[in-house]
Amino acid sequence: MSETAQIEINTALFEYCLKLGDNGLILGHRLSEWCGHGPILEEDIAMTNIALDLVGQARGFLTYAAEVEGKGRTEDDLAYLRDVMQFRNFILVEQPNGDFAHTMTRQYFFSLWAFLHFSQLVKSTDETLAGLAQKSLKEITYHLRHASEWMRRLGDGTKESNSRLQQAVNNLWIYTEELFVNSESEKMLTKENILPGNEQIKADWNERVSELMTECNITLPAGNIKMVTGINKGGHSEHLGHLLAEMQFLPRAYPNSQW
Amino acid sequence: MILSKQNIISLLESVNDPEVPVINIVELGVVRDVTIGDETFEVKITPTYSGCPAMKVIEDDIEQVLKANGYNNFTIKTIFAPVWTTDWMSEVTKQKLKDYGIAPPDKVSPIDHSPFLPLEKKILPCPFCDSKDTFLKSQFGSTACKALYFCNSCAQPFEHFKCI
Repeated sequence: MSETAQIEINTALFEYCLKLGDNGLILGHRLSEWCGHGPILEEDIAMTNIALDLVGQARGFLTYAAEVEGKGRTEDDLAYLRDVMQFRNFILVEQPNGDFAHTMTRQYFFSLWAFLHFSQLVKSTDETLAGLAQKSLKEITYHLRHASEWMRRLGDGTKESNSRLQQAVNNLWIYTEELFVNSESEKMLTKENILPGNEQIKADWNERVSELMTECNITLPAGNIKMVTGINKGGHSEHLGHLLAEMQFLPRAYPNSQW
Repeated sequence: MILSKQNIISLLESVNDPEVPVINIVELGVVRDVTIGDETFEVKITPTYSGCPAMKVIEDDIEQVLKANGYNNFTIKTIFAPVWTTDWMSEVTKQKLKDYGIAPPDKVSPIDHSPFLPLEKKILPCPFCDSKDTFLKSQFGSTACKALYFCNSCAQPFEHFKCI
């Protein structure tokens, strides 16, 4: 491979690792906001456990991103010293927790994507990515099972729980298209068998979602809905800035501090 | 002490898991390998769960034990592949968990790998009274590696070391 081609692949790989790392970091942070506020003790523990897994996964991907970039940055530099436009997470995962139905719907949409995506990524020709995917997959299996159970319970529960879940699905649905948008650089990585293509994953995701929605008496928004996407260009919703302001406060206010 | 893989592993067997202190980090499968170089060596470890907070403590404990025994020239490296599995635990180790009051993992099955199969179908005996009349209360427990169960026979909650 020519040197230029290798540099191009490394740049693409860096961006892709940021996407996986940022998804875990931002969603993990969101879930950690539930700590001490869960509806019942078991759920408080569940959400913070999932947060811990996701932040752990993010560390793996961001460490690898820093290594691929080769500019001496660390996982912490990437997590704490980038601004909104440099984050590559899905707009879905930065959405505020809302009520429990919103948190579970966000978790279900994301975990199902992550489960299907990582199930393919384990076959990557990049050994580090394949290893991290294998590791993450075991944990995401639990996350997805947990969120699916709550979708069923809320959807098939009372009139109130059903209508709250319906509202959450209506509100978050417009962010789901983005899970399947690939940048040019990601398409290049797919050609190199480094990351899986999206088509099958998208088909499986849609099939699973519509099955579950039927099961839990929820109607997916119909018609020609304008889906929101900003990924690969650094576009985000207003919420990410507020989240970063809190998450990054300490390392920015006290650079190089140790605790 | 002579620098040999066997000697280092023996020392590492004295380091217990900080959250489950009845088993050591070698039998838990966290220690993957020790590679001996010229007067230096590397300890390879792997996390049980990606975000397991005990990993930092384990690293510190390894460092402390090795230094206390006169070894100063070593590195500790975290690896992610092969990915950690509860199947690495021996029957002896699983018995130690049970004696400690934690229902040990059984062999990883297809249910454990699929989020689309109901986990409730798995029958888990109570570590206290061996009754099979138990149910899953939550897939998440006091640590990343454990789930929360309840025994209807002896009316005790108990933890289960999840099969992954």
